[in-house]
Amino acid sequence: MFASHLQPSLTAGNVESVPTRIGYGDGLLEAGKRDPRVVALCCDLTESTRTHLFAEAFPARFIQVGVAEQNLASVASGMAAMGKIPFIASYAMFSPGRNWEQIRTTVAYNNANVKIVGAHAGVSVGPDGATHQAIEDMAIMRAIPNMVVMAPADIHEARKMTLAAAQYEGPVYFRLGRSNSPVVTTNESPFEIGKAERMYSRDEVHERTVGIVSTGSLLYNALMAAVELNQRGIGASVLHMATIKPLDTAALEQFATEHGAIVTVEEHQIIGGLGSAVAEHLSEVLPTRMARIGVHDQFGQSGEPDELVEHYGMGISAIIAAAENLLQ
Amino acid sequence: MKYLTTEEITTLETKANEIRQSIIEMLVAAGSGHTAGPLGMADIFTLLYFSVLKHDPENPLWNERDRLVLSNGHICPVLYATLAHAGYFEVSELATLRKFGSRLQGHPHREALPGLETSSGPLGSGLSQAVGMALAERIDYPYSSKYFYCLTGDGELNEGQIWEALMLAGKEQLHNLIVIVDRNGIQIDGFTKEVMPLEPLKEKFEAFNFDVQEVDGHNIRAMNDAIGKAQAVFSQPSVIIAHTIPSKGVELFERDFRWHGNPPGKGPEDRVPKAEQAATALAQLRSLNGTLDID
Repeated sequence: MFASHLQPSLTAGNVESVPTRIGYGDGLLEAGKRDPRVVALCCDLTESTRTHLFAEAFPARFIQVGVAEQNLASVASGMAAMGKIPFIASYAMFSPGRNWEQIRTTVAYNNANVKIVGAHAGVSVGPDGATHQAIEDMAIMRAIPNMVVMAPADIHEARKMTLAAAQYEGPVYFRLGRSNSPVVTTNESPFEIGKAERMYSRDEVHERTVGIVSTGSLLYNALMAAVELNQRGIGASVLHMATIKPLDTAALEQFATEHGAIVTVEEHQIIGGLGSAVAEHLSEVLPTRMARIGVHDQFGQSGEPDELVEHYGMGISAIIAAAENLLQ
Repeated sequence: MKYLTTEEITTLETKANEIRQSIIEMLVAAGSGHTAGPLGMADIFTLLYFSVLKHDPENPLWNERDRLVLSNGHICPVLYATLAHAGYFEVSELATLRKFGSRLQGHPHREALPGLETSSGPLGSGLSQAVGMALAERIDYPYSSKYFYCLTGDGELNEGQIWEALMLAGKEQLHNLIVIVDRNGIQIDGFTKEVMPLEPLKEKFEAFNFDVQEVDGHNIRAMNDAIGKAQAVFSQPSVIIAHTIPSKGVELFERDFRWHGNPPGKGPEDRVPKAEQAATALAQLRSLNGTLDID
């Protein structure tokens, strides 16, 4: 059963699809209206990161840094030192990909109130190919002390995440997608940094159960897989972790207790992301059989977004197969 | 700009000598750390903290203070010693440099010690932070009289990020940004002209739309004049190329790049501790380079 706050059309299987970066652009503009301390910086990608909405509304609070991501991170740190709340946006491959050390030293070690937004994350970047598909960003950011790491499911969650990040005191990273993501949540869906949300609850009748833990826009695939699994006699539920650091360990432990096995789903390497975070925690406190859906230690390639998600084993059928294998 | 009397200059020179003594003592106590840069920059740090900067050691977070960003964090012994002599914390705490639990980390940790504006060490990012500070200030106070000083090394100019930051500062015409380059001509592996030639440096900065001055970094009056002139430039950011002698003040170490990353007591040739090197250095400084009789 879907959580009551989700899109009603989900049951019929038809949903609207919009890139999460749209939600970021709207959220940033709203955050800028709410708090004059919010400033935005961008590296020659103003429109594709949707920063242009903020830049047009608040030209004096927008800094065009040019193609210079290392400078981007440290300039933002300096602005935060003067009391600003900088949002820095580029493609995730370049920020935090290229400027990881500047983020570690000048943002995180300084504990500067900078919000790092990595657009074009995941293989669903599509035709641009592997150089532009960030699938290691959550791993490298999760390893930095002081850093919050998040991935929104859709435009609504991206908008709420942006507003929440502006209010949160300290360094935050979240990623965005380039291509369309199914709009699963609504304005009414709850969102809180560090809190997981149960998005689908299994049918009680089934004896065999699996808990699917998702992050980012693959929430939709996780939900569709859960529906199908319940039809096939496996009680599948979905716990959505928009925040992978800090991990909502209480919700995770409860979820693991209620299900026979756990499948994690993320558009990221299975090394270092959500799957790792869940496995690290559960293996210490509540050893649980697990399968991790994600990219298996490979680079991406050019192609259409859906085609790539399928090819790298993150489609609905791959999630179903992983769950069934686990319970055999 | 403040005019300095001959008497005030003598006072500053004496203070710089005390700071050099503290640098030697703390490096000896630490058993590791950098010697050449801190000694070479002692005059400039003294001038800044004892005359130029608007700051308040009693209230390190005073909002109206000028900001000083040390980009080449490895010369922090001179920053720590200057902050202690200026009253940010006890001079005795300098002996904890690089020790477990110390607020005086091997490279500066902003959250640990009052008076530090940034954490630094990895080269090239301090200038970007100073640029960010100046940009943020301009949003709220376009006619602010705060100055944003960034101190960098010359070896540090090898870093690409420096030139990214210079481009942005030039584009934004950050007139309250004053960059001071410690042009001592050495870096860890040797002389800068051999490791990575920087010249023509003045022309490079000019090409990035900076006002550029070249000054003797040990001449306190000349440095003071240059800073005053930089403050008066209203259409572009400024850079002062301060020509300094690495390890200035201790003849034994001067101009020798092998002292870049070694403390006194550890000979750069054989890396065997030589306590007499530190004793010689201190005697030289305490006697004001031979002008005073001391035991």
